[in-house]
Amino acid sequence: MKGLPPALITALVLVAGFALCAMQFPNIASTRVVGNLLTDNAFLGIVATGMTFVIISGGIDLSVGSVIGFTTVFVALAIERWGVPPLVAFVAVLALSAAFGAAMGAVIHVFDLPPFIVTLAGMFLARGASFLLSTESVPITAPVYSTVSDFALRMPGGGRLTAVAIIMLVIVIGGALLLHLTRFGANVYALGGSRATASLMGVAVGKMTVKIYMLSSLLAGIAGIVFSFYTSAGYSLSAVGVELDTIAAVVIGGTLLTGGQGSVIGTFLGVLIQGLIQTYINFDGTLSSWWTKIATGVLLFAFIALQQGLVALARRPVRKSAGATS
Amino acid sequence: MTALLPRRGLAQILALIVILAVDRIVSPQFFDLRLQDGRLFGSLIDVLNRGTPVALLSLGMVLVIATRGIDLSVGAVMAISGAIAASLADSHGLPVVLAAALGTGLVCGLWNGFLVAVLGMQPIVATLILMVAGRGIAQLITEGRIVTFSSPDLIWLGNGAVLGLPVPVAIALGMLILTGAVVRGSALGLLIEATGGNARASELAGVGTRAMILAVYVWCGVCAALAGVIAAADIMGADANNAGLWLELDAILAVVIGGTSLFGGRFSLVLAVLGALIIQTMNTGILLSGYPPEFNLLVKAVVVLAVLLLQSPKLSGMAGIAARLRRTKA
Repeated sequence: MKGLPPALITALVLVAGFALCAMQFPNIASTRVVGNLLTDNAFLGIVATGMTFVIISGGIDLSVGSVIGFTTVFVALAIERWGVPPLVAFVAVLALSAAFGAAMGAVIHVFDLPPFIVTLAGMFLARGASFLLSTESVPITAPVYSTVSDFALRMPGGGRLTAVAIIMLVIVIGGALLLHLTRFGANVYALGGSRATASLMGVAVGKMTVKIYMLSSLLAGIAGIVFSFYTSAGYSLSAVGVELDTIAAVVIGGTLLTGGQGSVIGTFLGVLIQGLIQTYINFDGTLSSWWTKIATGVLLFAFIALQQGLVALARRPVRKSAGATS
Repeated sequence: MTALLPRRGLAQILALIVILAVDRIVSPQFFDLRLQDGRLFGSLIDVLNRGTPVALLSLGMVLVIATRGIDLSVGAVMAISGAIAASLADSHGLPVVLAAALGTGLVCGLWNGFLVAVLGMQPIVATLILMVAGRGIAQLITEGRIVTFSSPDLIWLGNGAVLGLPVPVAIALGMLILTGAVVRGSALGLLIEATGGNARASELAGVGTRAMILAVYVWCGVCAALAGVIAAADIMGADANNAGLWLELDAILAVVIGGTSLFGGRFSLVLAVLGALIIQTMNTGILLSGYPPEFNLLVKAVVVLAVLLLQSPKLSGMAGIAARLRRTKA
């Protein structure tokens, strides 16, 4: 539970922000708005969970947005044009995206290349592949889609907890359990702390790297399916730039980009904060959409500066005793 | 360093020749040049002209990467400076417009440099902040509209000609010579490489690493601002949403293709610009060949992977071991 204190700050910011919004627009404090918040950001929550693992392990995955785009196009074409049953299409696309992530992880480990540039190539590759499949938006009319989009649990106060929101919550909880309670999760932290040390302690660094990127791409695939439920279409240009929102959510959630520290719950709260900013701007009506970007940037800065300060504070006594100057 | 250039740049020059040859095959008139109204026209000139923004970005980016950093915000800085240039163009003269736009780039670079050098943030994160917020700021300046202008001076900057060359190409060439003269004509380039090689050791050896890091981010911001002004002048307007979108990735790619390692410690300005030209020659070739432009991304991905694998320390290590084995066998 290393990452709890920064996540706690994220939680405080979320509560304070929500309270401020609710003071100005009392309607925000309703289960309807909260339900929509969860539904609208379901896909983001899912990818961000995967990204948390990657970043805690000291890596980064720029390909997730493209993988989401590819997934939506692949699923739409498979169901509508190739006549594949939806479930088979889902399994196929998840297998594809997991293999894609595993390949990126393997390249990163075997050739000792920076994850940033390998996943950048992956981003081009996945986006290019989805363009090749189709450049048009393909509507999905399969009955499963209307069933899933119509499904919702009623919450008190008239809010709807939709199927995609439930999928997201399950994945966030599953991700948190995987990260904090299993050997796999402990290894992820070890890898982010120091690769060399982790390797000396007996962590199979290569296998772990492959698995972590596989997990991230697999979750991006699931997010893509959720995105296709959300829009009932497959489009090669969907989810452009989502990798940035995802990384921002992870950082706001208190995960260190240098790796070794962080939590899935924090990331989830980071996603909600971004969603809250968007909701506030929608409610206000006079603010333009670009304020979302500026507000996210300011929050990013605040959180990173805060982390930097905490890290510096933690290191200070060591530095004094060593007598080093810098 | 300059003496090493031909050997180091061989792969890039060969790659460019191969791509040019392929372009010649898909489009027989590729090398045709003609002079019209005092300006050269032709596919080659087009490649140079279209490649200018990325070439300018890569000039700044290569220095940043040499210090082991990265600047993700250049696309957003392009959008901001383009927006400022476009909104001032019709009410102020060219010097004021340029000063304002480049000054903005300088401030953006100072901000990034401050975060990295003074606060000690990781470069990816530090510049991510401006990458996210910058586009919002640009939209704030243009109020979400596409700002057009009709100032002939600024339009000349994007569409005019100097000695037969399009003005953007001349500017990029000038910037390359200026940057080269400053960093290679003095010890500055060496100090930048030292900072990237080992910041702590350089600091102890008396290199002002903080000043170096600050300086390269500032220069990167200025180059990006210049690219933004040219991009705006080219289309006679500023589109805060799309100006410079994803160009930071192309710039990083150009630097990597140019053989500069992302781990810092050495760099080549000429090869980075060559990398930008390689990317643009590929783009133009794909357009001319009649293949859908969607192929662009796939081709780019394959090229990045190929370059990466060639540069991989592991791979060259393996090749070295293999060569040694062969030698011992013989």
